[in-house]
Amino acid sequence: MIDVAVTKRLGQFTLDAAFTAPPGVTALFGRSGSGKSSLINCIAGLMPLNAGHVRVGGADLTRLPVHKRRIGYVFQDARLFPHLSVLQNLTYGGTYDRDAVIDMLGLTDLLNRRPSSLSGGEKSRVAIGRALMSRPQLLLMDEPLAALDAPRKAEVLHYLERLCATAQIPIIYVSHAMSEVARLATTLVLLDAGHVTRAGPLDDILSDPAAVSLIGVREAGAVLTGTIRGLNTADGLTEVALSAGRLILPGRLGSPGARIRLRIPAQEVILSTSKPVGLSALNVLRCRIAAIEIGHGPGVAVSLISGTDRLLARITRRSAALMGLVVGQEVHAILKATAMSPQDIGGSS
Amino acid sequence: MDLDAAAWAAVALSLRVATVATLLGLPVAIGVAWLLARKQFWGRGLLNGLVHLPLVLPPVVTGYLLLLAFGTQGPIGGFLHDTFGITVAFRWTGAVLAAAIMAFPLTVRAIRLGFEAVPQGLEDAAATLGASRIRVFLTITLPLIAPAVLAGAVLGFAKSLGEFGATITFVAAIPGQTQTIPSAIYALLQVPGQDGAVVSLVVISILLAMGTLALAEWLSRRMTARIAG
Repeated sequence: MIDVAVTKRLGQFTLDAAFTAPPGVTALFGRSGSGKSSLINCIAGLMPLNAGHVRVGGADLTRLPVHKRRIGYVFQDARLFPHLSVLQNLTYGGTYDRDAVIDMLGLTDLLNRRPSSLSGGEKSRVAIGRALMSRPQLLLMDEPLAALDAPRKAEVLHYLERLCATAQIPIIYVSHAMSEVARLATTLVLLDAGHVTRAGPLDDILSDPAAVSLIGVREAGAVLTGTIRGLNTADGLTEVALSAGRLILPGRLGSPGARIRLRIPAQEVILSTSKPVGLSALNVLRCRIAAIEIGHGPGVAVSLISGTDRLLARITRRSAALMGLVVGQEVHAILKATAMSPQDIGGSS
Repeated sequence: MDLDAAAWAAVALSLRVATVATLLGLPVAIGVAWLLARKQFWGRGLLNGLVHLPLVLPPVVTGYLLLLAFGTQGPIGGFLHDTFGITVAFRWTGAVLAAAIMAFPLTVRAIRLGFEAVPQGLEDAAATLGASRIRVFLTITLPLIAPAVLAGAVLGFAKSLGEFGATITFVAAIPGQTQTIPSAIYALLQVPGQDGAVVSLVVISILLAMGTLALAEWLSRRMTARIAG
């Protein structure tokens, strides 16, 4: 259990944020300048508070100096010690679970190298390993992927996913990329202009049409969990079973029977009141409208239920009116398979 | 070479004075450089001015002030003499004190630049890994500023070797006791027909200076290679 309440004045900006989070991976999500990094610097003790408290698992860390908090911190820029080897970096804060950490992060071949000779992705992995070996009671990660190019991002994300699925300690993950957050986190805290605007279970918030404006139109989209049914090797497509329907997705996403998490961007969902025919899109789900949220802009967020899965669609206010959409109505949600990028698709236990 | 015992004694004394002055001054210089680079406190400007004073004052004035303070009648010198029986004025130890103070601003400046170049994010990272402030300083900051400490030490050593004005004012130039290379050259120049000895000492000065620089360059390369990997 993490219990954080922080007041911190930074010039014109005031960070006044409070949230509690259960064990697991908590994502702090917000645009640049929303105060995410300041908030975790406060949690780590690198920034003194004006008021508030930081509690982790019942222990009050508020008055402890940084080095006594037992908080692992993975910085965006890795911050490896340039004068030490990879192994010396890894063991600087301790040797807890050393071999398993080296193995999990694939660091075996790097141990004698110097940080300056590592690629960006390798640096990130060493920084994660270094934090884990110090045996923290809480792991903070400040956009560990932001400084990486796409291939490195995919490489590190793969390791992060493993870490998040198996970690015994709570993790706070700062990001402004919803695709990462949706793959890794279980709890979501939305931050805007130094304040927490929403906090709760990730799946609930992502499928809540009222949260679309907080998350941002481009980033909004629900997360579905499905089971891989089969692979069509000739087409290079994978069939995924949902609670009421199936999706055909490009690429080989895993072996049959495996669970898979899919983020479906709300912008990529098209609604139809009648069953569509003669359409190139392969994926059509029959849904019932659970809620319609009309915001300030030209868009409308529509919450859909298909079986036990919740989906989110964003359409224009005008089409909602023309179609006469109302709560409880049956509609067809059309998903273009290629709209779901590999980044939005992740394995799940 | 055309050198008598007194001249060789001057060379030996110069090396001894410069080495001791550098070694004694270095820890103090690191501390003061750290204060100036990292801390905001009342009197910081004053400390900064005081450190740099020997650089801008005429060396003779610095030597005279040292004589006032550390002479056996002076407030500090008197205390040292009465309490511990230590005299520095007109002794080789006084030459060390004069050299250390004259070299101090150069050493502090070099080391301070080193502190300012260390990313504080690395120190934060070490703290989150459980390292106390002392451990962070010893294992992260100090290794990273090692090249700057070396540069400061070399500058200070060279300055100490060449120190003349403050030294001769404070401890005079007693052959075999307080006469360093510069004051030996000066003394030889006062007597006609000593050109050979002067040239020898000048050559020795140049060799010492170049040797110091070469050693520093070699060490600095090794350190930089270690840091950069």
